[in-house]
Amino acid sequence: METTKISNSSKVLLLMVAALFAGSLFVPLWRIELDAPQYPEGLVLQLYPNKIGGDVDVINGLNHYIGMATLHTENFFEFSVLPYIFGAFALVSFVLIFIAKRKAVLGFFITYMLFIIISAADFYRWNYEYGHNLDPNAAIKVPGMAYQPPLLGYKQLLNFAAYSIPDTGGWMLGGSALLLIMIVLKEFKFRK
Amino acid sequence: MKNKFIQSIFVIAVGSMLFTSCKPKDSGDAVSGDAAQKAYVAPGKYDEFYNFVSGGFSGQLSVYGLPSGRLFRVIPVFSVDPEKGWGYSEETKPMLNTSHGFVPWDDLHHTEMSQTNGEVDGRWVFANANNTPRIARVDLKTFKTAEIIELPNVGGNHSSPFITENTEYVVAGTRFSVPGDYVDGDVPINTYKQNFKGHISFVKVGKEGEMDLAFQIVTPGVNFDLSHAGKGKSHGWMFFSCYNTEQANTLLEVNASQKDKDFIMAVNWKKAEEYVKAGKAKKQSVKYVHNKWDEKTHTATSETKNEVLVLDATALKDICYMIPCPKSPHGCDVDPTGEYIVGSGKLAALIPVFSFDKLQSAITNKQFDGDYSGISVVKYEAALHGEVKKPGLGPLHTEFDAKGNAYTSMFVSSEVVKWDIKSLKVLDRVPTYYSVGHLCVPGGDSKKPFGKYMIAYNKITKDRYLPTGPELAQSAQIYDISGDKMRLILDFPTIGEPHYAQAAPADLIRNNGQYKFYKIAENNHPFAAKGEKEAKVVRQGNKVHVYMTSIRSHFAPDNIEGIKMGDEVYFHITNLEQDWDVPHGFSIKGANNAELLIMPGETTTLKWVPDRVGIFPMYCTDFCSALHQEMSGYVRVSPAGSSVPLTWSVGTNQPKI
Repeated sequence: METTKISNSSKVLLLMVAALFAGSLFVPLWRIELDAPQYPEGLVLQLYPNKIGGDVDVINGLNHYIGMATLHTENFFEFSVLPYIFGAFALVSFVLIFIAKRKAVLGFFITYMLFIIISAADFYRWNYEYGHNLDPNAAIKVPGMAYQPPLLGYKQLLNFAAYSIPDTGGWMLGGSALLLIMIVLKEFKFRK
Repeated sequence: MKNKFIQSIFVIAVGSMLFTSCKPKDSGDAVSGDAAQKAYVAPGKYDEFYNFVSGGFSGQLSVYGLPSGRLFRVIPVFSVDPEKGWGYSEETKPMLNTSHGFVPWDDLHHTEMSQTNGEVDGRWVFANANNTPRIARVDLKTFKTAEIIELPNVGGNHSSPFITENTEYVVAGTRFSVPGDYVDGDVPINTYKQNFKGHISFVKVGKEGEMDLAFQIVTPGVNFDLSHAGKGKSHGWMFFSCYNTEQANTLLEVNASQKDKDFIMAVNWKKAEEYVKAGKAKKQSVKYVHNKWDEKTHTATSETKNEVLVLDATALKDICYMIPCPKSPHGCDVDPTGEYIVGSGKLAALIPVFSFDKLQSAITNKQFDGDYSGISVVKYEAALHGEVKKPGLGPLHTEFDAKGNAYTSMFVSSEVVKWDIKSLKVLDRVPTYYSVGHLCVPGGDSKKPFGKYMIAYNKITKDRYLPTGPELAQSAQIYDISGDKMRLILDFPTIGEPHYAQAAPADLIRNNGQYKFYKIAENNHPFAAKGEKEAKVVRQGNKVHVYMTSIRSHFAPDNIEGIKMGDEVYFHITNLEQDWDVPHGFSIKGANNAELLIMPGETTTLKWVPDRVGIFPMYCTDFCSALHQEMSGYVRVSPAGSSVPLTWSVGTNQPKI
């Protein structure tokens, strides 16, 4: 049996990975939930592959008190490239089923892991930028205060409790990462 | 005293009280230990029911929660309301237009919720204007008056606005018969019998609620008091109580209280519909207006109409029948099955209950007792199901629960009496404080009453609350009717004089497409500014249109110069917020009308005619944010003919000249 070829079950998993990548194009990837006493129903900022969604207008309206810049989809180059990246990932996963080479799968897995790390760094950079770059003429100035949302998890920002968590698409991408790990483990560790 | 007939009854009442020495119980006897618990709705919890209560002479409609009795909102309907700019803003002024011109007030007596298959559906509440006859429709998605239609040929629109099983029609009977608008009304008043006529109106209700005066039925001159639609088997019929069948025109308290029996008029409206289709109705030229609110342009329009179709009840023998009813009938209520019609002679010592089946066979077998000015009078016994004996004094209104019980308010003896509809036995009685008028059981005039609570709306308050001068708070009382005995659980004050009310389960209303705000993209107001970039000031002769925006926490523009004496300034303010419960207000010094209250995404206009030269501050009247106090601006007014150019700005100062 040729050992550079991946198994049929891995191919099925690859098909699932392709489907998850394709599916994530249409749903929000990430969400930042904001809770405050005067917003009992909560506010949410949703990051799609191609746009900012959720209560973005309301949040922009509130940001002016602390001098935070307003959020606009067109100010982020990410939204113009992310759909292509996910589309490409879906395509590559699909093509890998036919290439069916272990090394190719490994290469893709590493690429994807790198992408995740870069994305997290990019997200952190934006959060830092928005949280720290405040208008000196803002109405409310709290000494030493920055409004950088957490990369993942919870943080109190004045009266708002901010939760930064994956949304549907984020879980789908997480799922595809898990599936890729399974494939790689299966192909390299358990198939001697 | 509020009602004339009280005075004549008073003597009887005092007499009978002495006679039977039935001293009213005090509230201590009526309130049991856990009453507070039953009416308590903890902070943060919602009430079970919405209660839509007429505002009487305030002309408005109030919204309460049940069982807490908490006031949520006063919806302006027929009266101007400076709190919301209703009748003051340019957009809302047409809503109060009538054929008599702008009428800033009315007397709102009854509320009626729309129904589907005889069940409350939570879409709209209808309300009547008694004084300058009109019917309004309040939309429950926005809790706003969406439409008002005027009724021609009518004086005192009292037996209104009662609806048919599927909200096919809203009906309205005239309280004061008067000569029709289409005849010469310049007649001696003492020719009442010859020249005065009753007109009852059938207003068709469309799918989106839009109203249209379909036809009227002209009847002999009497006073129509109240009405209710048949349901189930009696669907297609409408019942109106009438008094002053004596046809008196002066000192009615005596002269209209002579006959032992007056009538309930049964109207076969399906038959009337057929006659209208068959061309039996006469086109009469009249004048009335129809006002509509447009949710996209946030603007009302008023249209004058010139025609109405009138059917003659005395010529078309099988649309109206008179059922004798003792004595001076007031309430006229139909039970949930549609079989029993309860008359309430306000001067009678019993409650007559009529049977729809018996009425039908009486009509088929022509069991008539002659006619009344050309309308067949059905024999009393032939239509009677039975009488509730010794119910109390002054029966007025009856509501129903889902268990076959009726609840009748007793005006003179100030109590509510519970009785069994079939056996007509009195089951329970409970005091009210004082002189109860209408009652409300949630869904109590529909096919499916929700029961649980019964609310009494009282005409007099006396010692229920801390006194506030000669005029006291109007009062309502909530009773728990879930058990065998009615139990008082709460008093709550109301606005104006509460008349009829309706109640529906809270979820039916709040889950029925309730608006949170207006979408700015769908704002089609001709003077909307959908962003600060669109804010501008435009001069057209002596009219200056200010396209202004408001958002937390500033107006754009906030500095306007170049207004001159003799100008009419129109502030068209668009609230740019797209967030729930963030209205902004607007006011300017010296404005002769009112402030504005602008909902998120809405555009509203205030007309302002400056009366002197100077600087006029304007500001937001509804607290909007931490920087609400800063939400303000200035308008500079210069003398007529001055050369100050028209300029406006926000955030930048004009260069010094």
